[in-house]
Amino acid sequence: MTPALTIPALQARGLVKRYGRVTAIDGADFDLYAGEVLAVVGDNGAGKSSLIKALSGALIPDEGTILLEGSETHFHSPLDARHAGIETVHQTLALAPAMDIATNLFLGREVRRTGPLGSVFRLLDRSAMREQAQRQLDALGIETVQHIGQLIETLSGGQRQAVAVARAAMFGSKMVIMDEPTAALGVKESRQVLDLIRRIRDRGLPVVLISHDMPQVFEIADRIHVHRLGRRTAVVRPADASMSQVVSLMTGALRPGDPDAPPNLVDT
Amino acid sequence: MSAVDERSFRNRSAEAFLHNPALGPLAALILAMVVFSATTSTFLTVDNLSLVVQQSLVVATLALGQTLIVLTGGIDLANAAVMVLGTMVLARLVTEGSSSAVALVAGFVVCAMLGAISGGLVTMLNLPPFIVTLGMLTVVLAVGRLYSEGNSYPVTDNLLGVLGEGGYLFGQIKVTHGMTLAVVMFAITWYALTRTAWGRHVYALGNDPEAARLTGIHVGRTRFSVYLVAGVIYAFAAWQALGRIPNADPNAFQTGNLDSITAVVIGGTSLFGGRGSVMGTVVGALIVAVLRSGLTQAGIDSLYQDVATGVLVIAAVAFDQVVRRRSR
Repeated sequence: MTPALTIPALQARGLVKRYGRVTAIDGADFDLYAGEVLAVVGDNGAGKSSLIKALSGALIPDEGTILLEGSETHFHSPLDARHAGIETVHQTLALAPAMDIATNLFLGREVRRTGPLGSVFRLLDRSAMREQAQRQLDALGIETVQHIGQLIETLSGGQRQAVAVARAAMFGSKMVIMDEPTAALGVKESRQVLDLIRRIRDRGLPVVLISHDMPQVFEIADRIHVHRLGRRTAVVRPADASMSQVVSLMTGALRPGDPDAPPNLVDT
Repeated sequence: MSAVDERSFRNRSAEAFLHNPALGPLAALILAMVVFSATTSTFLTVDNLSLVVQQSLVVATLALGQTLIVLTGGIDLANAAVMVLGTMVLARLVTEGSSSAVALVAGFVVCAMLGAISGGLVTMLNLPPFIVTLGMLTVVLAVGRLYSEGNSYPVTDNLLGVLGEGGYLFGQIKVTHGMTLAVVMFAITWYALTRTAWGRHVYALGNDPEAARLTGIHVGRTRFSVYLVAGVIYAFAAWQALGRIPNADPNAFQTGNLDSITAVVIGGTSLFGGRGSVMGTVVGALIVAVLRSGLTQAGIDSLYQDVATGVLVIAAVAFDQVVRRRSR
């Protein structure tokens, strides 16, 4: 498959976002293809999170276009992006600690009973939600949690991360964006989350992974989007590049056209 | 039992309390009732038990509205003042010749509007609930006194007094309409909190407002609705109050706000929001009433009853903290 010939799942061209005199996004491009894990790397302050926010509707860009499966879209809020099938796993996870796993999976998207019990008395279909939640955890191979009624606050960091990822995979019909999903985790738990990301990709959902962890990025990413000074400076394949080359691209020590730079997949 | 078994047993019991925070208070209520039944001859009589429940009704109803607000991480210092203004509106309108139905509607509208004002200030201006309701407390108390024009208004009307006067005998126990109404109100609120999406959103935004926002919950709208519903509940409390004491006095129920917070906290609801239940609040209100009644039967001075209640509040919160730490 040559990516250039297929329509990207999500594409952005020339995004600009200014805050007063500060330019957070400076003409950034972005391409995510079906079935891939795209890592987004960049130095602190390079504008990674601003870019991701623009793609997930949390920020409205001043200029530029966002294309979802080839057609132009405008997100005015994170809800818009979610309705379009883009789910985000925030660094804070956005879980309610005193509530159980099933409740958290359906938070804000509760399922009501059919018939007048649901439409008039607003009665929730708790067993349907629990069953569906259990199926989702099973499908993703999340076996570390004991049962679906466990409270989030009784779970370990890795288990919480898994719940947040499961929720995104459950409702994300187009893609899942993950912001530093392993930053707060130990080695073993990070491994479980990486497995989870692979399983989501293998089910056909593309994943955008924002990460600082180079070995991890090289292990899991199909392509690496290098962000620098508010724009995309290069996209490389992990197989074509070394970690130090990518770090050099991030810091500007190496430029995409340089003789010793790894092959760049895009024009910049 | 090995050390490991014992630890996991303790963790499991801590988890049971986490899932069901009303369990501890319920055990305390049963214990208090057993003790008073054993030590006094007058506590465990049908008349006394009925009286205990009747005495707890007004505070329990105030505490029901308070529970909703505390679950969102807020606090309502003005609830008793709102209720007292409600009783003034009801009683004065009837005294001046309005029909009792019109007076009731007016009372409900006033209380709901005051709830909406608090809710609006908290959600739209993003002010801390403590400050908003502290201001509302002062304003509403003053408005109640102004509206009373220095008088109190005795209630002779049938409909306004029905919650205390009317009732039926259930076996030998006198069940007033006020008790029935309270049971219905607690049942409806329990249902709304535990069986509808609205209830889950109330808990979620009390847990972590930012997480709730990110999951797509309309945080502001939900929070506002809680203050509005609480206002309506305070109108019911006003009706209950006139049934209990058929006289609207602007200086009545001065500690009603704190009494309702006491009931909520003893009932296991966390003042940090997101944890608790209306069942706990029922139990909390009953514990306070049982304690007062039992200590009175035992001939203990009412100031010592205050001491006991205060100790209980601190003990309840301390227990809550211990359970929470153990579950980690």
